[in-house]
Amino acid sequence: MRIFAALLGRELRALVHSPIAGVVFTLFLALTGLNFYLILSAFTRSQTPITLVEAFFNTTIFWYSFLAIFPLLTMRLYAEEFRQGTFEMLQTAPVRDWQIVLSKFLGAYLFAVALWLPTILYFAIYAWITREQAAPALGSYWGSYALIALMAAFFVSIGCFASALTRNQIVAAILAYVMIAFVFYIGLLGFTMTNLAPPLRAFVNYLSSAEHMYEFNRGLLNTKPVVFYLSLAFLLQFLTHAVLQARRWLR
Amino acid sequence: MIEAERLTKRYAGFTAVQDLSFAVGRGEIAGFLGPNGAGKSSTMRMLACYLPPTAGRARVAGFDVFSQSLEVRRRVGYLPESTPLYPDMRVGEYLEYRAAIRGLGRSQTRQRIAAVLDQCQLADVERRIIGQLSKGYRQRVGIADALLHEPELLILDEPTIGLDPTQIRQMRDLIRGLAGKHTVLLSTHILPEVEATCTRVLILHRGRIAAQGTPAEVVAQSRVANEITVELDAGDEATALLERIEGVLSVQKVPGPEAPWRRFALHLQPGADPRAAVHALAVEKRWGLRELSRRTPSLEDVFVRLVHSEDSTATP
Ligand SMILES: Nc1ncnc2c1ncn2[C@@H]1O[C@H](COP(=O)(O)OP(=O)(O)OP(=O)(O)O)[C@@H](O)[C@H]1O
Ligand SMILES: [Mg+2]
Repeated sequence: MRIFAALLGRELRALVHSPIAGVVFTLFLALTGLNFYLILSAFTRSQTPITLVEAFFNTTIFWYSFLAIFPLLTMRLYAEEFRQGTFEMLQTAPVRDWQIVLSKFLGAYLFAVALWLPTILYFAIYAWITREQAAPALGSYWGSYALIALMAAFFVSIGCFASALTRNQIVAAILAYVMIAFVFYIGLLGFTMTNLAPPLRAFVNYLSSAEHMYEFNRGLLNTKPVVFYLSLAFLLQFLTHAVLQARRWLR
Repeated sequence: MIEAERLTKRYAGFTAVQDLSFAVGRGEIAGFLGPNGAGKSSTMRMLACYLPPTAGRARVAGFDVFSQSLEVRRRVGYLPESTPLYPDMRVGEYLEYRAAIRGLGRSQTRQRIAAVLDQCQLADVERRIIGQLSKGYRQRVGIADALLHEPELLILDEPTIGLDPTQIRQMRDLIRGLAGKHTVLLSTHILPEVEATCTRVLILHRGRIAAQGTPAEVVAQSRVANEITVELDAGDEATALLERIEGVLSVQKVPGPEAPWRRFALHLQPGADPRAAVHALAVEKRWGLRELSRRTPSLEDVFVRLVHSEDSTATP
């Protein structure tokens, strides 16, 4: 446990100390702030049936800022250590590969989730100023943030996997971005193609992050996306571990 | 402490280490020598559990480096050739982190860090960022890290590279001080260093052992040690007569000296010393004799000869 804590501590401080963290954090605050501002100004111009929370987690800006952070946060995880040679120090220390895999995942995951904490403030400030809730029920908040946490587990895992494949951070980022975009855009097919066969539509909706969000931020929690994201995250961590094992033989 | 049996490492089609068998006993300081590309680093990486052997096996402290790698890694302190370190960490922080991932307790960590900072003379850079240290200091951080958990076996790949002369001397003293309690396997290209510190030498060439033993044994086994040089003013019959002397294996003419003088290199059976017989022969045949010498070769001479002669036999 102490070993794992030390590994995780190292991951977190490496993330926080890297220039990427600052860039991601600033970009993220700017985009979510802009998102919030645009929604508020739309709300003041016209009456809409949807709530602020529903709007906030469904705009294009939200999805872009959400998806774009994962490749940035995860690209250096393995690739940088391969390039620096520090992975040799890690793998010759009495540390198991799964401890490395989990500490790297958890470090990036905690950071990715922590980024969303300030957005709670947006809604709190809104409620404080307008004396009106941003969502009709607490379930809306819960659902939205729970889904963010679930999706983050999956997308961070994609990033970990991509980073373990290469010693080049840029390649890792591109790979992660392609994989994330692929999954996300398949999920959008349900919205864009109106004439999908019903079983295909069910499948596409099952994968669809946008569809999941549409339900969750109305407080309609359901276990299918939970299983979907967690099982894929688990699978990807398993694959990452397998990649590390295979790399021993390819050196 | 180390037992390697037919250890082999093949990189995509290229064999870097082939059928390497050797043993290093507990408490020994073994020097790994060999020209560039001989396979030293590859072997050390296998012993440190970084590279899985392609064939053969190796045991460290009785544990197999492949199937019981965690047990081996607990007992080994390893300094890779390039000394990879996290550039964003401070020296003290880095050592704390390394102590933690090796499972050292808190008080033990504090005590060991103080000890290695002192041993490697790093106390004054403890709060500096590793990325801003000079090469030699980084090297010392790598060595301090390898010593941190008082490992039974230290594997140091070119530990003195980049160190200044006083530091090299200090490192030599440090390594000598480890003898008996710890086992050390170090690779280096500085041969006098090996003669000064090592109780055992392994010379590697093209992935195979070319010679091994104590430095004195390696020198004694070598052809260079069993050679005398004679310079005579003698006729053509000299070669045949010299060859007949007991203990002489072969006689080789060495070009060089001006006319009537001739220079010969006599290769001897190990242990033979026929200098007196050569002198007696010269007196008997009334040859002029102006040199009769036997050199005590250094390890460097032996090394150069081994590597060179194997090269010439390898290329027909
Ligand atoms: N990852 C690798 N892939 C392919 N070949 C490699 C790899 N690592 C080393 N080699 C080759 O294996 C051979 C042995 O390399 P190694 O690094 O073990 O030599 P060395 O004895 O440590 O040399 P040096 O004195 O230069 O450090 C070299 O010919 C090298 O090119
Ligand atoms: Mg080397």
